[in-house]
This record gives sequence, C-alpha cells and structure tokens, in this order.
Amino acid sequence: MKLHITQADYDALRTHGEETYPHECCGVLLGHAKDDGNHVSAIVRAGNTRTDSAHNRYNISPMELIKIQREGRKQGLDIVGFYHSHPDHPAMWSSTDFAEAHWFGCCYVITSVDKGKANLTNAFHLSGTTEDDKAFQQEEILITKAVGENA
Amino acid sequence: MKINIPTPLRAFTDKQATVEVNGATVQAGLDALVAAHPELKNHLFTSDGKLRSFVNVYLNDDDVRYLPAAEASAVSADDELTIIPSIAGGTGLSASRALCCR
Ligand SMILES: [Zn+2]
Repeated sequence: MKLHITQADYDALRTHGEETYPHECCGVLLGHAKDDGNHVSAIVRAGNTRTDSAHNRYNISPMELIKIQREGRKQGLDIVGFYHSHPDHPAMWSSTDFAEAHWFGCCYVITSVDKGKANLTNAFHLSGTTEDDKAFQQEEILITKAVGENA
Repeated sequence: MKINIPTPLRAFTDKQATVEVNGATVQAGLDALVAAHPELKNHLFTSDGKLRSFVNVYLNDDDVRYLPAAEASAVSADDELTIIPSIAGGTGLSASRALCCR
C-alpha cells in the first residue's frame, strides 16, 4: 500500500505547514481508495479550530469536515486521509495523534516544519477496524505526475 | 432519511456511501441502520448503547448532541444524517501534556 499524490498537492501541503508556522496546519486529502493504496486527487485546507494551543494541537470541526465531504462527493471524491504539521518536532505520530485517530483505512500525513521550513513528510496508514486493533503503519509516498497515475 | 457513511465505516455497509432508512427520529434512523448493517453496531455504540465519544452524528447541519431532544429529535423523510468520526491530534507537548502519554 502506498499513498499516491501529485507533486503539486505534496508541495502544497508542505507549504501550508510553513505558512502556519509556528502553529500546526491541518487539511483533508480527497480521492479514491484503491487496492494499491489511497490515491489523492485534491487537498483541502482546514481551519485549525484549536485556539488554546494551536502550536501543538490540531482539530478539524465535524461541521467543516462534513462540508468538505459534501463538496468532495459532488466531484466523486471521498475522504482518504488527513495531513497536519509538527512545528519543530519530528514527522512521527505522537501518542495524541494515535489516540485521536479514528479514520481506519485512511492515511495520516505528517510534515515536520523546522524553524519555519518544511523538512520531512511521512505518511501513516491507520490499519485495523476498532480502537483495540488499530495501528499506524508507515507507508511510502508515491509522487505521481498526474492524478490517477501510478508512477 | 438518508444517512451519510464516512469512508472507514463503508467496510460494513457493502461500500455504500449513503444508506436510505425509515424512522421518525434520529435514534430510530440509527437503529434501522444498525439493523440493516449489524456489523456497524460495535463501531458506533459502546456496550451500554451510547454513541462512542469520537463518533459525531449530525442532523443536516446540527450536532445531534446539542439538539434539545438529542437522539429523540424528529426526522423527516428528506432530512439527512451524517456520521462523522472526529479528527484531531498534535505533537502532544507542553500545553496538552494532560492529554499526552509521554
Ligand atoms: Zn501530530
């Protein structure tokens, strides 16, 4: 399983983290789940609704998520993942990320932003189907030239 | 009513993104959904029958938890229910230490 994403979308989600630095950014990956992994067709920026500690927490309100899902459906796209940034922190999932991950089968993309510059970007697939058997599995990010392409 | 199913739960609805059910209230709609797709039950509800804390249910644009009648709210045939798991996280540092295992 690999995460398929175009160079433009990949660059855009990394740039988003630089723009919101020193705060976390977050957004949604729209596309299709296929046998070889999730394919991203579009990314949507989301507002970080955590104002109390936006530098180290992110949250997308359910209503914003529903609106993004509705818009996606109109284009035949599903939510296949999410992205957020870790300002001055490694591109690894935290215990908070794991505890609050409930979108099984989706991909969680994390970019470390060091001193304002996007550094590493990693993708983690949330496997399992329940809170008891869930696990994050790192997966390769495959940059495609165009949406739907395989290499 | 129409019920929108989020991507992770479509494994239990034969891949359907929306399910059409009959019911006069939110609870009746959810019960009909679970009756049609029994595997969903454990994913939506705790063992004592309450919606799981990370599962949000919206009646059109309203969070059912905050409606005066909550799950007993009346639903008409052209209303839409949306089941949407929450999405959050963070580095788990400093200010959110209370939420963090490190
Ligand atoms: Zn995080």
